Amino acid sequence: MELAFALIIGALTASGVYLILRARTFPVVVGLTLLSYGVNLFLFSSGRLATGGQPILGSTEAYSDPLPQALVLTAIVIGFAMTAFVVVLSLRSLADHEDDHVDGERNVRSTDTHQEKQEGQR
Amino acid sequence: MTHWLTAPILIPLIGGIIQVFMGYAPISLRRTLALITTVLMMVSSIVLLVMASDGSYRLYAFGNWQPPFGIVLVLDRLAALMLVLTSVLALFCHIFSLGGQDEGNRQFHGLFLFQLLGLNIAFLTGDLFNLFVAFEVLLIASYGLLMHGGGRTRTTPGLHYVVLNLIGSAVFLISVGMIYSVTGTLNMAHLAVEIPKVSGEELNIVKAGGLMLLVVFALKAALIPLCFWLPKAYARATAPVAGLFAVMTKVGVYAILRIYFLIFGDSAGALANLGMDWMFYLALITLSMGVIGALGADNLRTLVAWQVVISVGTLLAPIALGSTDGISAALFYLLSTTWTVAGLFLVANLVASQRGSAKDKIVTAPRMHNRTFLSVLFMVGAVAAAGLPPLSGFFAKVLILQSSLDSEQMASLWSVILIGSFFTLIAYSRAGSILFWRTVDGHVENKSPLTGTVSVSAGALVGLSLVIVALAGPIGTYTDATATQLKNPGAYIDVLNTPMVGGNP
Repeated sequence: MELAFALIIGALTASGVYLILRARTFPVVVGLTLLSYGVNLFLFSSGRLATGGQPILGSTEAYSDPLPQALVLTAIVIGFAMTAFVVVLSLRSLADHEDDHVDGERNVRSTDTHQEKQEGQR
Repeated sequence: MTHWLTAPILIPLIGGIIQVFMGYAPISLRRTLALITTVLMMVSSIVLLVMASDGSYRLYAFGNWQPPFGIVLVLDRLAALMLVLTSVLALFCHIFSLGGQDEGNRQFHGLFLFQLLGLNIAFLTGDLFNLFVAFEVLLIASYGLLMHGGGRTRTTPGLHYVVLNLIGSAVFLISVGMIYSVTGTLNMAHLAVEIPKVSGEELNIVKAGGLMLLVVFALKAALIPLCFWLPKAYARATAPVAGLFAVMTKVGVYAILRIYFLIFGDSAGALANLGMDWMFYLALITLSMGVIGALGADNLRTLVAWQVVISVGTLLAPIALGSTDGISAALFYLLSTTWTVAGLFLVANLVASQRGSAKDKIVTAPRMHNRTFLSVLFMVGAVAAAGLPPLSGFFAKVLILQSSLDSEQMASLWSVILIGSFFTLIAYSRAGSILFWRTVDGHVENKSPLTGTVSVSAGALVGLSLVIVALAGPIGTYTDATATQLKNPGAYIDVLNTPMVGGNP
């Protein structure tokens, strides 16, 4: 279980970082989401992994730490809010710049067509 | 256990919630209620300052859970100082926003108060995870405030700011997880007890966690190489928001002070003074980078935004040296620089409003209206920021220089701060002489004359540098005591053993 858990966290984080470096808003948003999944799983594992353990003392033989679960819950809630905000902001950026590059720079071709369009209207 | 400790958190929380529900109410009512909230918050933080100035630690445990198991608020001198700093700044920025800057968005006041809520939780909390939550609360409000006023120019810096801070939050959580997995606690006082006991392989995990935490705080504080997001974001924000943001980088500085002197302080065994040797040089490079940016700025607000970076460098250099005098001097400089920089942001906005299409670009333009008043404000702000006598910036820098007299790093600190101040002065002189002296023929239509509220609040923030000079004695005594308290965290750890008595506050 530990190996699978570690591999999943590693894969999520690596894919997240790769996508964030793509510098296009949609991959960046997906990358942030994957990164936060990886982080949440990591946070969960910080209280040691246990199968069948309950977070209440005396209820079972195996005991699992309740604190990381509370932390993950908080982190998930905050993560959702942040993702919603960044999605809206990316849409706004796309509408403002007509391009999904995070710097808002139009690539050369679309600048040409945009200018042609404006000149055509004149 | 006194319930006063929750006041700086509850007041903006309740005020903010009221603002959310009265979004469609007449603006005058919303403004009045919001202003009452900010004033009440200032009163409560001054009460806390008086309470903290006896040098004791006060604890508020939510639900009366004995620490380290519950969430606690801890009030000490440093927290009280930061609360007063923030509430004074917030009051004047808020009054400034009533001059018409709050009209574009129905929820401006709500977001403003939630931002204060986040800041106050961050200063009062005694729990590492709660610090993360406070950061998120203040960040999500700041995202909204940064976009306030709209416009295409704000989208791109806003997006960068949000994405960078989300990555910062992820790193924060990872480091919290690493520290928790070894120590099994997140209460700061308990961590200070547990971390010296860590040894062997686990030491590396805590060390990595602690250093990652430093990266997060450095990102918030805009320490090089994590400072390049700041100038664009701050220069594009609306003036009262940029003024309030002057304290945002100081939250990073506060967190570094709190965590690295309590948890990773002198008594932390193998992990004592973690990362502080690097931080000194990074701070000096940050300072130099800020000066270069200020020299190259092509408009006034970018110039002031780089001043924020300069002040972070000046603050963290003496903190990294870690002497009591150095911390005391840094705290004195913290008060001075936060208010001055915020005042300069407001002045830059007033200048921009009187120059027509030239706005705040550092270019020649027709004579502006009210130029005598504005030039005096700008001069006072620039003198305080660059660190010339007789204003507070000078005294703060002298204290910082004095504090390093006995240390090996004296030469590098003195040269960087003195040469940096000289070039900052050049940057301000250049901007001021072009803006106020070199005028071209023609005139600007006066669409937005200066009103009482904006002039008074901008003038008051800049003028606080005079107040700091006048009260230098008591403020110096307070910062000295704060630094001594920070360097001796033994009493902080005692809050763990404070007996909790149910129903007997």
